[in-house]
Amino acid sequence: MDSDDDFMTDASSQEDFLGTQGSDDESLGDDFADDLDGGFPYDKDIEKTAKRPYEVEFKILSPADIEMEQTQQMNEVSSILGLPPESVAILLRFARWNREKLIESYMDHPAETLEEAGLGHNFEGTPRTEVVPGFMCEICCDDGGSLQTYAMLCGHRFCVECFERYLAQKIREEGEAARIQCPQDNCHRIVDSKSLGLLVTSDLTSRYQTLLTRTYVDDKENLKWCPAPNCEYAVDCAVKPRDFNKIVPTVQCACKLSFCFGCTMNDHQPPPCSLVKMWLKKCEDDSETANWISANTKECPKCHSTIEKNGGCNHMTCRKCKHEFCWMCMGLWSEHGTSWYNCNRYEERSGSDARDAQARSRQSLERYLHYYNRYANHEQSAKLDKDLYLKTEKKMTSLQSQSGLSWIEVQFLHTASQALQQCRQTLKWTYAFAFYLSRNNLTEIFEDNQKDLELAVESLSEMFEKPVSDLAKLKVDILDKTSYCNKRRVILLSDTADNLKNGVWSFNVDL
Amino acid sequence: MALKRINKELADLGRDPPSSCSAGPIGDDLFHWQATIMGPGDSPYSGGVFFLAIHFPTDYPFKPPKVNFTTRIYHPNINSNGSICLDILRDQWSPALTISKGEWDNAHCMPQNKYTLARKFAQLTMVSQVLLSICSMLTDPNPDDPLVPEIAHVYKTDRPRYEATAREWTRKYAI
Repeated sequence: MDSDDDFMTDASSQEDFLGTQGSDDESLGDDFADDLDGGFPYDKDIEKTAKRPYEVEFKILSPADIEMEQTQQMNEVSSILGLPPESVAILLRFARWNREKLIESYMDHPAETLEEAGLGHNFEGTPRTEVVPGFMCEICCDDGGSLQTYAMLCGHRFCVECFERYLAQKIREEGEAARIQCPQDNCHRIVDSKSLGLLVTSDLTSRYQTLLTRTYVDDKENLKWCPAPNCEYAVDCAVKPRDFNKIVPTVQCACKLSFCFGCTMNDHQPPPCSLVKMWLKKCEDDSETANWISANTKECPKCHSTIEKNGGCNHMTCRKCKHEFCWMCMGLWSEHGTSWYNCNRYEERSGSDARDAQARSRQSLERYLHYYNRYANHEQSAKLDKDLYLKTEKKMTSLQSQSGLSWIEVQFLHTASQALQQCRQTLKWTYAFAFYLSRNNLTEIFEDNQKDLELAVESLSEMFEKPVSDLAKLKVDILDKTSYCNKRRVILLSDTADNLKNGVWSFNVDL
Repeated sequence: MALKRINKELADLGRDPPSSCSAGPIGDDLFHWQATIMGPGDSPYSGGVFFLAIHFPTDYPFKPPKVNFTTRIYHPNINSNGSICLDILRDQWSPALTISKGEWDNAHCMPQNKYTLARKFAQLTMVSQVLLSICSMLTDPNPDDPLVPEIAHVYKTDRPRYEATAREWTRKYAI
């Protein structure tokens, strides 16, 4: 294997899991790396290592970046179309940020496009509030002479207080921002940011901005929010949804969460999103209960009650309908004549079919359980590893005091525990992947790789559990094993990703 | 603010009441109204008098009023609690009071569906617009967006049975 050598000489690959793979945005990546691991000196080098087959290009965007992107696009389109930026913002949101389509449609039918987007033809006049004599607000019915009023370019005039309360209701309680219409019944004019800025307080404006940013990310196909709770970053990844069957676009946010850009679930390499979805559904469904029933029971030929034979002879009497039949051939017992307890009747075709179906179903259940048990096992271990992470810190502290090693020198335990978790995560999903693979040469290679990684992980896990007093002596072994585990993981993932991209895997289901 | 607006609606309603319905506050509480609708003549609800409760929220008119039937009625868009599924009471609600007929006619915007069409005839208060929309819904149910799927199913597949049941319920509960 060529790639094998590559990875063996790649000295920094052991740091792969520290999660700097995606920090295109240098300042951002550095900030967070510093926070977490006290600034490893070789972080910078990793950015330069070549992209592996299972990695994808992506960029992390902070809320400020996202806002900047929007403003930039607004200004660009504004200069092309010669319209004010706040109107272009409405147009762009209407076109779901598809600039080319918007410009084209505006060039072809300017009036229709403006109308549909909720803009009039009139762009004259700066928005301002004014006092209009003899005015009565149609919302609050107030008609005081000194009432400040406001109207957008559609001309529907309301008092400033009502306008503000209307906007507050929309923004704060209905979470609406991009398509707030004029309060007038059946007027589809969209409230623009300039009018909004004039009418509401700053806390509402910032909420408005947040909501707009949210719709921006939701509208753009190449942007997704990081699914971690309270994380406010978004990830920009160019992988198209139609390629999700060929690439597993795993990205890592600035908050350290690795997730799949396709389905925003936690990192699930190597199986593609569609298989993951199928697998999770299968595990969730109690369709397997049905499988068990069909594998272990038969139905009464008369009333179709489900019967499990738990002992006794083949002369069955259905509890429910008192039908007497032979368990072997499912035929009438009375036809068996004197050859009781020994069904030697000629096998009807239907009888043998039924038994074949039963055997197949039993086999498929066993196959599923084989993969599921291993999948669940790693999932369980990964859960335990969360405790392990906490225990590691304690271990590191006590190792320091017992062996006189420095804090930097005991970091190998932390590294090992992270490697363990990451490899288990990968292993877990390899079983879901394997479940859907057809039997062939490639699958065997895959299973060999999987076995290798699993053995390595288990032995690292065993070393890790040793009493603290032995750990100092084992340091070299643990370091070796950790880097071996990581390399095996990289190999496994690279191999599967390459084959996935080239469409060489054959699955026993349709993707 | 809400009180002034409700008072105005009450005054306008008194000045020019719609023909087939009426509404007014219960006692001194201006936020709770009772309304009645006469079953439209061209519907199986004909002859019935249906009572509704209208509850204005404190932040009216920024939020729509809550309108419920208190008389039982067999209708695909009204459930057994009297809840009504009507667009202008939910996402199509707008706080501005009324439109004069002239403005409506040359309005560049088309009514969004047949219920909003009913508002074309209403030149008055929000309350009468809502009540007239409900009247129009009684004549013309919307089975494609049902609140009670069972009734909608009957309406779509067995119109005579739907009409018979609706008439039966009207006789039983609304006369």
